[in-house]
Amino acid sequence: MNKPKLNRRKFLLVSAVAGGGVLIGYAATRPSRHRRANDSLASDNERFVTSWIRLQPDNRITVYVPHSEMGQGIHTALGQMAADELDAAWELVDIEQAPATDLFANDAIVKGFGGELLPPFLMGLVNASALTVARIANLQITGGSSSVRYTGENTIRVAGAAARQMLLQCAADRWGAAVDECTTELSHVHHSASGRSIPYGDLAEAAAELEPPAVPVLKDRSQFTIMGRAISRRDIPPKVDGSAPYGIDAHSENMLYAALRLAPVFGAKLASVDATEALAQRGVRKVVELEDGYAVVADNYWRAKQALELVKAEFGPTENDRVSSAELAERFDSALAEDNSSRDFESGDADAALEDAQDVFEANYRVPYLAHAAMEPMNCTVHIQGDRADLWTSTQDALGIKGRVAKVAGLSEDDVTFHHSYLGGGFGRRLPFTWNVIDHATLIAKEVAMEFDAPVKTILTREEDMRQDYYRPAVHSNFKAALNAEGRVTAWHNRFTGPIQVPGAAHIPYAIPNQSIRVVDVETHVPIASWRSVDHSQQTFFIESFIDEIAHRGRTNPYQLRMELLEDHPRHRNVLQVAAESAGYGSGLPEGRALGIAVQESFGSIAAQVAEVSIGEDGRPIVHKVTCAMDCGWVVNPDTAEAQIESGIIFGLTAALYGAITIEDGRVVQGNFPDYEMLRMADSPEIAVHLVESGNAPGGLGEPATPPVAAAVANAIYILTGQRVRELPIGDRDFSTSRSLAGRI
Amino acid sequence: MATFILNGETRELDVEPEMPLLWALRDELGMTGTNFGCGIGNCGACTVHVDGNALRSCVTPVSAVEGRDITTIEGLASVAGGANDLSPVQQAWIDYQVPQCGYCQSGMIMAATALLARNPAPTDEEIDAGITNICRCGSYPRVRKAIRALASV
Repeated sequence: MNKPKLNRRKFLLVSAVAGGGVLIGYAATRPSRHRRANDSLASDNERFVTSWIRLQPDNRITVYVPHSEMGQGIHTALGQMAADELDAAWELVDIEQAPATDLFANDAIVKGFGGELLPPFLMGLVNASALTVARIANLQITGGSSSVRYTGENTIRVAGAAARQMLLQCAADRWGAAVDECTTELSHVHHSASGRSIPYGDLAEAAAELEPPAVPVLKDRSQFTIMGRAISRRDIPPKVDGSAPYGIDAHSENMLYAALRLAPVFGAKLASVDATEALAQRGVRKVVELEDGYAVVADNYWRAKQALELVKAEFGPTENDRVSSAELAERFDSALAEDNSSRDFESGDADAALEDAQDVFEANYRVPYLAHAAMEPMNCTVHIQGDRADLWTSTQDALGIKGRVAKVAGLSEDDVTFHHSYLGGGFGRRLPFTWNVIDHATLIAKEVAMEFDAPVKTILTREEDMRQDYYRPAVHSNFKAALNAEGRVTAWHNRFTGPIQVPGAAHIPYAIPNQSIRVVDVETHVPIASWRSVDHSQQTFFIESFIDEIAHRGRTNPYQLRMELLEDHPRHRNVLQVAAESAGYGSGLPEGRALGIAVQESFGSIAAQVAEVSIGEDGRPIVHKVTCAMDCGWVVNPDTAEAQIESGIIFGLTAALYGAITIEDGRVVQGNFPDYEMLRMADSPEIAVHLVESGNAPGGLGEPATPPVAAAVANAIYILTGQRVRELPIGDRDFSTSRSLAGRI
Repeated sequence: MATFILNGETRELDVEPEMPLLWALRDELGMTGTNFGCGIGNCGACTVHVDGNALRSCVTPVSAVEGRDITTIEGLASVAGGANDLSPVQQAWIDYQVPQCGYCQSGMIMAATALLARNPAPTDEEIDAGITNICRCGSYPRVRKAIRALASV
């Protein structure tokens, strides 16, 4: 990137105003930003034509993407959206992550989620209500599978279209031609009547003088040349030669490294520390005491980690020192039994329907806490020098993290420089409001800065990363259903433990006349936050298993029952049909195998999955194949879409087979991969993806493939064994003693 | 003093003999392409080649590689031949768009390269047994596809 420039020059366009008076981008609300973008980032003869697009005199174009690249291919996808609207030549387009300054804050995501406040899973559960629109309008958050469907659709495409219209205008003015006689193609404006053409780069300066079009006209899908194509991702080449920088890769000759130990019982305080032995070790510079932990700072991370084990420390008692998963489970169950619940969704009269029913049955489901276990352990590098600081960390919200570090360090946000990197996995762990590590790294750097002028890289060991996470909540869910004499379901009665992070995740698409869905909030000391697909991963397992139970109870084929109850949901029916037909549902299967099916809408997309499962000789389930039909509207990049679906399925399957974080003596038991196992190559099923384009607006893709797979596998296991799976994980469960129902259903 | 040959160059380091090679590479030499994932030799993110064999550098002390030939992801292309060319495995990783977040992929590529060097045409079962690295993004189907393609060349 060019060095910041301080000389003043004319400023270019503000961003555009779309139909209906909705402000797109941000420069329209704060015109000065645009000028500042030019002042700080544009070199001589370069111009920003919108806040997201920079034209260079050599005719190259830089698209600034306000989202983090964590493997979802967002840099490429948003680059495609801008370049297509701009009629740019793809090979002349560079993509950069937008700097973490409010110049590049992005409010499309806030508007996309429908107004003033983001959903709880993006806000965090703490202090959410205290945040104002002004605060959240400064977001560069990457979450909620929102980047393409909100930022891409509402900001990046509009910016590209506006820039193209302005370039057309400039060329027409220059040639004395009418705008509608001019066309754009491959980063040039053409005038076919006179045979003239001019590269965009030559028009940048003139475009700077124009007002932006009030309502830029977006392309119709039939006009796309770059969107809709499986273009290679720009972030992949540096990821195969080791040059891609992750937050943990920040490096300098004088760097110091901190190994951190936090209170094993959440909420405990440090009581005493004896660091004598640790301080005597080679390379150790300092031992930092924190309110809830301590850190050893050394000239090499391994030295810091080794010395950390030599610190003798004690933590004070808390009221949670005896809490166990068993005790928490009892707490959840009694809360459900007391039913001091809040309304989530009600229709008809479920209680009356249960009273009147021919057949009422009940089922209790539960899933455990889960850790994120991103491959890049949590880390943060901070270098404080007087009244300013530099910051390197992998984050899903650069602006939020920068603000947080400034606050903890006691600096102004403008005096903190954030250095971007790729993320070695996010999955919700690197969203704002999960501040541990960031806070601690800043406090450590602050202490170190009193003695040393050096950046301090704080890294959690895998064990600390797993034990100091913000977990996917454990949830218990109780269901009752009523069936009439014909075996038709008349009532759906559901009580589950909260909190709700994604409103509506427990709602069902099925046409059941009487529904009562209520949530019971249960307090625990275990920190929770969002985990890929958030509430949907738990709720879809429950809902799609219990609807399967209803089908079997009523002697209906589970696929047929879903199709009947989804009469008003053609998109659901469509993906179900595609998935079922492609997977060979209802046709012959190899001996000992069965198919389970599940469908779920989340983040604007609808996924149906069919799992082909058998039981191994050791009694454990083997998942051979997962077929997924996904209606995510139209698709910007089909290959990255498929990759996200493969990824989401494996993430969900890992949880279904192996995922469990348990609590003993108030602390997390698991610490590394042998006891928090991951799906690996040998367990990885064949995956068949069918993108079902519906012509609807783009839906999310980072998360929607994760929720259905657990239920699809569990529903297949029921057919194979007659055992209903109501608790996860099941990878090590022995199903060998059970009887197959195959052929009877 | 620890001495080894790193991507063709002799390197001498004044570090403790028990320091894991991973931290010597990352913190002492600034070679950050080799990644820290678990620290116990389980996940494979830190895989490098020692005399052509895949080894997990987070549990390999520098004393165990004294005088030996070490290749990291940064050296894979030049060791394979062309100075700026990618190795066939790296190229296949691009062709099949394998990486997602990419953090595990240095180790994954080193593991796949070693597997193919000793078994140029692995079966699916041999791929399962030979690639035990963790990829949290679930790139396994593409890793398999890429290895199959390399095996059939």
